[in-house]
Amino acid sequence: MKKINRTWSASLVFVVMMALVLSGCGKANNNGNAGPSASSAGSASPSASGSASASPSASGSASASPSASSSGEGIANPRVAFVYIGPPGDGGWTYQHDLGVKYMEKELGIKADTVENVPESADAERIITELAQNHDIIFTTSFGYMDYTLNVAKKFPKVKFEHAGGYKTSDNMATYFGKNWEASYLSGMAAGKMTKKNHLGYVAAFPIPELIYNINAFTLGAQSVNKEVKVDVVWTNTWFDPTTERNAAVSLLDKGADVLMAYQDSPASLQAAAEKGAMAGGNDSDMTRYAPAAYLTNPIWNWGPYYVQKVKALMDGTWTNAQYLGSFVDGMVDIAPIGESVPDDVKKLVEDQKAKFLAGEDNIYSGPILDQGGAEKIPSGKSLTDAEILEMNWFVQGVVGTIPQ
Amino acid sequence: MDTFTQIVIAAISSGTPLLFAALGGILIERSGIIQLGAEGIMLLGAVISCMTFIQTGSLPLALLAVAGISIALGLVHAFMTVTLRANQTVSGLAMTLFGTGLSAYLGKSVAGTPVPGSVPKLDLDFLDGVPFLGDVFGHLNVLTWFSFALVVVLHLFIHRTSWGLHLRAIGDNPATADVMGIRVQTFRYGYVIAGTILIGLAGADMLLAYSPTWTEGMTAGRGWIAVALIIFARWNPIRALLCAYFFGAMDTIGFKIQLIGSEIPSYFLKMIPYIVTILVLMYLGWRSRNKLSGTPQSLGLPYIREQRF
Repeated sequence: MKKINRTWSASLVFVVMMALVLSGCGKANNNGNAGPSASSAGSASPSASGSASASPSASGSASASPSASSSGEGIANPRVAFVYIGPPGDGGWTYQHDLGVKYMEKELGIKADTVENVPESADAERIITELAQNHDIIFTTSFGYMDYTLNVAKKFPKVKFEHAGGYKTSDNMATYFGKNWEASYLSGMAAGKMTKKNHLGYVAAFPIPELIYNINAFTLGAQSVNKEVKVDVVWTNTWFDPTTERNAAVSLLDKGADVLMAYQDSPASLQAAAEKGAMAGGNDSDMTRYAPAAYLTNPIWNWGPYYVQKVKALMDGTWTNAQYLGSFVDGMVDIAPIGESVPDDVKKLVEDQKAKFLAGEDNIYSGPILDQGGAEKIPSGKSLTDAEILEMNWFVQGVVGTIPQ
Repeated sequence: MDTFTQIVIAAISSGTPLLFAALGGILIERSGIIQLGAEGIMLLGAVISCMTFIQTGSLPLALLAVAGISIALGLVHAFMTVTLRANQTVSGLAMTLFGTGLSAYLGKSVAGTPVPGSVPKLDLDFLDGVPFLGDVFGHLNVLTWFSFALVVVLHLFIHRTSWGLHLRAIGDNPATADVMGIRVQTFRYGYVIAGTILIGLAGADMLLAYSPTWTEGMTAGRGWIAVALIIFARWNPIRALLCAYFFGAMDTIGFKIQLIGSEIPSYFLKMIPYIVTILVLMYLGWRSRNKLSGTPQSLGLPYIREQRF
């Protein structure tokens, strides 16, 4: 008996030791972020002090008219928090958000708290709830946080919530996203010009509208410069898993595709394409550095200006729960610098089309557009509204693959 | 290149890290120590190889650094389980948690930076043009060839040498081995460290040969698959090779089926490896229901010299 006790206590000591080391690492991180914000809270307006924000009725001096969609009085030193789906080092989606946060911090001279690697599960609701108790505005930066953000928003009417990519709002919850399909159209044009076999491949994460309208835009862009082109689609059912992404990319290359586009969070597809002498683009951020010669281009996000605008609005008391859709016009959406292997005439073609998007005068989803079966989905003379695009659930002609229902 | 050849190529390239980890695990578990730390050790191996490679630009140094960190981890695991006789499952799980956290922390500095180079390939030009063999074996990297050699060497070692006999003895019945004059504790230390080096190498292979940029959590559960492979392969290196490639193939077959244009939902295709695993385990269990399972008899039991069983 004694021996078993010894065994257990030894292993317990070990686990505790490990846990201490780990939490030590974690704490060091948090302090870096939380320190400045905590001090700013101390010097902030009375509304921000103590636990007033947790109990709405108790705080007489708290910011006025919380029920209105516009917040009325401003908050001089807002406490800002961001929830990330991945690590800022993912080189893609979260990386771009992190750049935006740093830009916002620099522009406004405040510090934001960030929480990394928050899964899109009940954990998210717990973390958002914790943040809501001592922050004035919380940005949740992934589609899957939508319902959790909404639940917490209902419980904390004084705190403002900003959710990326969703469609649900409330009095204190806004959404923001961008017309990245316009950027996908441009990368499609480049791909359509660069393919020698008229065969493109698309490594797609999840069968949701965001992917579908980007795949369609990519295909339409390619078809606008190359009538013969077809686009093979495979679903990985993961945002981030380099091994799986790579296998998907290799399968597409094996089937004969010679230009790939990957709507994923890692550069694995680009690296696989580079090894096999094909070209590829990634998603979310400029991926040139991973394979300069094989790099095509891809849509990128620029969140900084929006974060500045919304936090500033909170400071001025003009925050609203708008559903914001950015584009080339305001710079939220852009494409990465076109790869060095792409000839100048193709670059020019893409730049010309980008100019049209910049002028805000071109809608790529204008008829006539046929679906995979050849039925006319958008009749000639008609265009889809942004709302219609955001709930797209069918592939255009030229896409090879099915949407799992 | 026909579809079968393509699947074999993909199976070997994504199965090699699994193979290294499974071989390391076999070596450790054959000596009677459970190893559940593969996921953490692989992640640490990957991040250390990435950091060293970027810092020094030297691939051999990167591999040496991986060996170094693996020896340290192996020593800790052996000290916990052999000397302190701590619960082996807990020690292994702690290793996974520790490795996952530490690799994420260390990796922040190199996240998103591609490594400067790749593992050299062994070009067998005389195979060019030979159908199948040329495509599959013509241009494999040296780590893959090393894994082939390792399978043969470990198989012969475990089953054909007196050292291997000793290894099996201390895993099956350490008391008897002790009576025979085999230093159980020393050998267990040695095998845990050697096996941990192979598992660390699995992580390095994944990063250097497969996905040449560090990304946090890049093994995405493959360490656990390697743990399952050990049992699946019933502690036999040759079967480990087949099982690792089988899982490697499963990684790619789902996409092949999607690209044929089948109507099977991709969610279902993702389940295939796990369904097949269960079916094969059931079949193997049924076939060998009256035989020994191959499990080292004293797996997970700490050895205490004076203790009566």
